[in-house]
Amino acid sequence: MYPKQEVVAMLLAGGQGSRLGVLTQKLAKPAVPFGGKYRIIDFPLSNCVNSGIDAVGVLTQYQPLVLNEYIGSGQPWDLDGNNSGVSVLSPYQQVKGADWYSGTANAIYQNINYIDRYNPDYVVILSGDHIYKMDYSKMIAEHKANNADCTIAVIDVPLAEASRFGIMNTNPDGSIYEFEEKPAKPKSTNASMGIYVFSYDKLRKYLIEDEETEGSSHDFGKDILPKMLNDGLRMFAYQFQGYWKDVGTIDSLWESNMDLLDPNVPLDLTDESWKIYSRNPVVPPQYIAETAEVQNSLIADGCSISGSVDFSVLFSNVVVKPGAVVQDSIIMPGSVIEEGAVVQYAIVSENTVIGKNAVVGARPETIEDKDQWGIAVIGDNLKIGAGAKIAPKAMVAKDVEEVEE
Amino acid sequence: MRGNNIMGIIFANLHENLVSELTEVRIMGAVPYGGKYRLIDFPLSNMVNSGINKVGVITKSNYQSIMDHIGNGKAWDLSRKQGGLFILPPFTTQSDYSNRVSTLNSIRPFLENSTQEYVVISDCDTICNIDYQDVCRKHLANGADITLVYKRDQLPEKLHDPTVLSFDSKGKVIDVQINDHITGSCSYYTNMLFIKRELLMELIDKCISKNTLNFKRDIIQGEYKNLNIYGYELKGFSPVITSMSDYFNANMELMKEDVRADLFNSDNPIYTKVRDDMPTKYGLGSKVKNSLIANGCIIEGEVDNCILFKGVHIGKGTKVSNCVIMQDTKIGADSNLSYVIVDKDVTIKDERTLVGFVSYPVYISKGSVV
Repeated sequence: MYPKQEVVAMLLAGGQGSRLGVLTQKLAKPAVPFGGKYRIIDFPLSNCVNSGIDAVGVLTQYQPLVLNEYIGSGQPWDLDGNNSGVSVLSPYQQVKGADWYSGTANAIYQNINYIDRYNPDYVVILSGDHIYKMDYSKMIAEHKANNADCTIAVIDVPLAEASRFGIMNTNPDGSIYEFEEKPAKPKSTNASMGIYVFSYDKLRKYLIEDEETEGSSHDFGKDILPKMLNDGLRMFAYQFQGYWKDVGTIDSLWESNMDLLDPNVPLDLTDESWKIYSRNPVVPPQYIAETAEVQNSLIADGCSISGSVDFSVLFSNVVVKPGAVVQDSIIMPGSVIEEGAVVQYAIVSENTVIGKNAVVGARPETIEDKDQWGIAVIGDNLKIGAGAKIAPKAMVAKDVEEVEE
Repeated sequence: MRGNNIMGIIFANLHENLVSELTEVRIMGAVPYGGKYRLIDFPLSNMVNSGINKVGVITKSNYQSIMDHIGNGKAWDLSRKQGGLFILPPFTTQSDYSNRVSTLNSIRPFLENSTQEYVVISDCDTICNIDYQDVCRKHLANGADITLVYKRDQLPEKLHDPTVLSFDSKGKVIDVQINDHITGSCSYYTNMLFIKRELLMELIDKCISKNTLNFKRDIIQGEYKNLNIYGYELKGFSPVITSMSDYFNANMELMKEDVRADLFNSDNPIYTKVRDDMPTKYGLGSKVKNSLIANGCIIEGEVDNCILFKGVHIGKGTKVSNCVIMQDTKIGADSNLSYVIVDKDVTIKDERTLVGFVSYPVYISKGSVV
């Protein structure tokens, strides 16, 4: 018998993140490295712990190896309690057959047994592809105060961008009267953050009903929430103030990393009271050589920098050789930038070698046709040959041969 | 492979008087080193990397900082059901931790209750990356009773009771001289040794019964004629810390690539307590040259030839060169520091100037405000 947990969090981490291309070829989106030492999932996991949530189910499906290994016992996030902690929940075979998770709601439905064990009053549904710091306990407190059945976190977005989001139209008391999924003419700027608090008795009932509904896509946004609204349940919006970014695309992933270098962006990772925890590699401190020039960058332990690094984020064990230039780029763990190579506006995945004098990406001001410009992305464990040129916006998934000068 | 037949014992609280500034608020094993480590990380990691599962850490007093650092041993994979980490403070009414022999006698139950055949003993004053499996192999091949790890080098000037060894052609110890101040290169014992657990207990019993309590004189010097004592040479980067200037130099040596490759060998990594700092932020206009820097720093000024520990802040217009700056020290704007060792949690305000000299670095104690 498990002791009761007032709140259980369910973290949807099964998405492929196909828009991240080569970065998610071998790992699920929540496992994508972020910010010099983290993986995306560190943010929701740390938020849970910092909000006092002790039971977290992580739903995995796509390429789970890296993610499973990373979460492990949950010890880096203090989620390895005797009777609670983090549980990795993957699809499984049942008496009536085996099913993949067919939608976000179906994934939770298939794990009702996990939630039931803790007999919770509230369930928080989170997704594993957002960068933000949020105190879920405040949202739960508001949910209780409103005597709500469902509370949806919303963030104020610019009107011009509102048509990219699910928009929640609310009454003055914060109760929701209408959803609009990516509306052409948005009535408000309250964008859903994909963070829901449900009273568990209601959620459980709707999940079971939805499962029996023919033709349902078993999705929270498309099926469960509209049904609840239709049935007149008490649904409220919770206004979130602060930094929040969906990092589902190459551009937004790059921007969000760069936001860490901007002192005006309200995402402070030095805050002792709301630490973002992660699994820390065992590496010595970073070494900055005599020949190095480092400006406005974030660099992790284990790096060895002898070249020039500007406006960039470097993960552990990255080597930048003398004469190499890294600008406006993200270099993931263990990659090597050889002598004379120039990397600009690029994301280089793990353990890749950029050969001598190779050129990866370009500055936007050097490209005339702006449609041709974009962030260049190099996959993991690749070799970009000496002197090779990788165009901006390219997505490289295999080795590139040396170019004779 | 883990789980061999060796256990470890670390003396975490010896040699403090040689670096009294650093050990005012901590014991030797807890002295910070190299940007993110404490001295005890080296013997602990060496033992773990050599497959040792059970380690006893001897702490005589003032062990708050070391307890805080090593905790349950998780960072070294020593939080285990089989073996693991044992912190061995004195049992106030019975223990005598006044010398090495009495201390080992005081932890006799720990030795008795262990099942490992061999014991590695180490202090915390030698910084190195050593493979005790190799010591064990040589020990067995020599048919030795005791193997002493020694260094062949100039004797560190202030080394306490230097123990100089002479060997025959096979490496067997044939002479032991203590306190003989030899100039020039010699082979001196590093306080690391390899011995059978049963034999160690036997020798300790013998010393206690005769009240001859000097480990070096009464065991090493006293027994080398009766026992097969062999040497094992410690090669590579392995400074012994006997003074503040040794300490400063041992830090500065880390700027050399071969030294780092030797000490931070990625096959035998040095583990330490994890703190979850963010990566280091280099601001606009920061200038950093030839420095070893840990995560969690924020650098807006100039840093040249320095070791910066976790969470150090260097303000705009500030210049630090040839300094060792420990954890969470904050230096304001437009200050100038050269040849300074700054301990933890120090605040140096704007427009301060502190200058030491290579052979005599200035030391700023923990928590000071300048």
